[in-house]
Amino acid sequence: MFLHSHERHIVEKATLRCVRMAGGLFLLLVIAVASGSEAQSLPQRQLRVCADPNNLPFSNERLEGFENKLAELIAHELNATLTYTWWAQRRGFIRNTLKATTCDLLMGVPKRLDAVLTTSPYYRSTYVFVYRPENGLTVRSLDDPILRTVKIGVQLIGNDGANSPPAHALARRHIIENVVGYSVYGDYAQPNPTARIIEAVATGAVDVAVVWGPIASYFARSQPVPLVVVPVTPSRDTPTLPFVFDIALGVRRGEEAFRAELDAILQRRRPDINRILDEYGVPRVEMSEPRSAVQ
Amino acid sequence: MAPLVVKNKVLVGNSGGEMGVRGWVTALSTDNGQIAWKAYNTGPDTDVLIGPHFKPFYPQDQGKDLGVSTWPPDAWQIGGGTVWGWISYDPELNLIYYGTGNPGPWNADQRPGDNKWTSGIFARNSDNGEARWFYQWSPHDIHDYDGINENLLLDMPVQGQMRKVLVRPERNGYLYVLDRITGEVLSATPYVHITSTKGVDLKSGRLIYAEDKKPEIGKVIRDICPAAPGAKDWQPSAFSLQTGLLYMPHNNLCMDWEEVEVSYIAGTPFVGTNVKMYAGPGGHRGALTAWDPVAAKQVWSIKETFPVWSGAVATAGGVVFYGTMEGWFKAVHARTGEELWRFKAGSGIIGQPITYRGPDGKQYVAVLAGVGGWAGAIVAAGLDPRDGTAALGFVNAMTDLPAHTTKGGMLYVFALP
Repeated sequence: MFLHSHERHIVEKATLRCVRMAGGLFLLLVIAVASGSEAQSLPQRQLRVCADPNNLPFSNERLEGFENKLAELIAHELNATLTYTWWAQRRGFIRNTLKATTCDLLMGVPKRLDAVLTTSPYYRSTYVFVYRPENGLTVRSLDDPILRTVKIGVQLIGNDGANSPPAHALARRHIIENVVGYSVYGDYAQPNPTARIIEAVATGAVDVAVVWGPIASYFARSQPVPLVVVPVTPSRDTPTLPFVFDIALGVRRGEEAFRAELDAILQRRRPDINRILDEYGVPRVEMSEPRSAVQ
Repeated sequence: MAPLVVKNKVLVGNSGGEMGVRGWVTALSTDNGQIAWKAYNTGPDTDVLIGPHFKPFYPQDQGKDLGVSTWPPDAWQIGGGTVWGWISYDPELNLIYYGTGNPGPWNADQRPGDNKWTSGIFARNSDNGEARWFYQWSPHDIHDYDGINENLLLDMPVQGQMRKVLVRPERNGYLYVLDRITGEVLSATPYVHITSTKGVDLKSGRLIYAEDKKPEIGKVIRDICPAAPGAKDWQPSAFSLQTGLLYMPHNNLCMDWEEVEVSYIAGTPFVGTNVKMYAGPGGHRGALTAWDPVAAKQVWSIKETFPVWSGAVATAGGVVFYGTMEGWFKAVHARTGEELWRFKAGSGIIGQPITYRGPDGKQYVAVLAGVGGWAGAIVAAGLDPRDGTAALGFVNAMTDLPAHTTKGGMLYVFALP
């Protein structure tokens, strides 16, 4: 039993009784007798965010990510104190945080994620090509013939044969021999594990990387050589393989009221949210049309 | 995995086939823990400890550096083939036998080739780790059929001739009998309903895949049997010298593959596969099956509501013990399968029953109760039954488990009369 300090104070004043059960179990009965003054002081609302402590540009423990900034904005709007439950974001993340009710809000999930209740999307981004602008190299489309000869880095996920969209799209085109995989998990002991694939472009370990936009443009900015970052086309490769995704906030299923509060904030503070996304260079695709029609 | 001690060495392997690791098994000195040898299951022959004594039975396993050439360039470096199951030892042949896990982390289209030496079995010299032979249960695995289940080392007649065999109830649904000296497949018989493959060609040793059940992005594929946990996962079978029968705790599960948008890393969305598992033909999700390995046929089978995720033990008293996920610990007649006794434990059973003689001379049977693991995650991790895709799709097949058992952890020891 974990208690906050003022609650512990109440319990100390309370009557404690132990009842011996037949099976040798002890049942602890706690009867709280709060004094008048304590009952009146309402605790301030808390905004409890589930986040990864080492996942820039999204979030980190030093609160340097754009999701950290957005969480601060939302906490301010809710007049709430911001707290974090830190957990490496990979398989089991939602189960161990949001669903375990140690926190109440996910800052960035695909709009169509089944496991949670999502808000309206607050940005739409795209997978991008990242490359050094050398030797006249240009890449715009998955169908560019150059992709058959250059060395390509993709992000690997690897559960149940599932993988990042570029890995599937290249395999579909039988582009296999010249593709290198970088785990999205990376080496978590290092800072910014998702930056490795961008560093590989800068060092020349690969010629082109196909990476989720926010990660690509953020880390491309800090490389010693200039890198080109351009959206992948087509934006949807086969009817079931999109490269453009809507990203939303996520809350537990059934928490419609909380979602409505968040949706109102996303709408009200839209210009400020866009400013935060701009600061981190998050590449965005216009959200005015349905996603399936986006070019 | 539980390590195995052979002579003065502790044998142990790694796990994490989905996480971009490279599988290995290693031998540590019992004296000081120093690594005596380490054999990888992908990569060049020198790393796999393949040398002049490597004599695999089938031509597809013969050749130089197949752990490299059966992969796209460099993919073997993160190719999986982990060792998280059981190691068996034959002291007479001085060989250890162990299975290798599924290939990873690429989707199957991105790793054309047999992806050696994943989803197969190695025989190695226990002193120096040298590979003697290899056989691949599931070349180029596409269904997450790890090849790590238990190996039963039996000496039994095959077509009238005594052979040293290795019996393997494999995750892909076939019960294999291999010559454990040479690695030849003597038989491979389905022990559950199978749709994902069409059989094993005994001439070439190759598994024949059903093209229409191949999971593929852009397609919904239904009725893949067995499901990803296999006809049987790691829960070990028992063998009785009295009856000559094998007692296999196993699953009866099929699955559908569907697509959804998911995200494992914040803001790294992708199209993932929702796996939904459900009961196979008959509607029961598990069974304990008695199998005659000589006749290659089932003798009896007890249908269970849930996958039988516990091990089994056979005693000299002609009794077989096993546990169910509802928490029943059962004793059945080894020849007929007739239920003799049952006890409701405080939680579902996924542990391994053992039997032993106590210091008082009495025989005891012990089992650890405490539901969990992949199949029991819905209870142990408190997963939401409305999300059938949780626990990689296993929750869909287990939504009623919370009504039958709760979490817990108790050791039960029973004295036999």
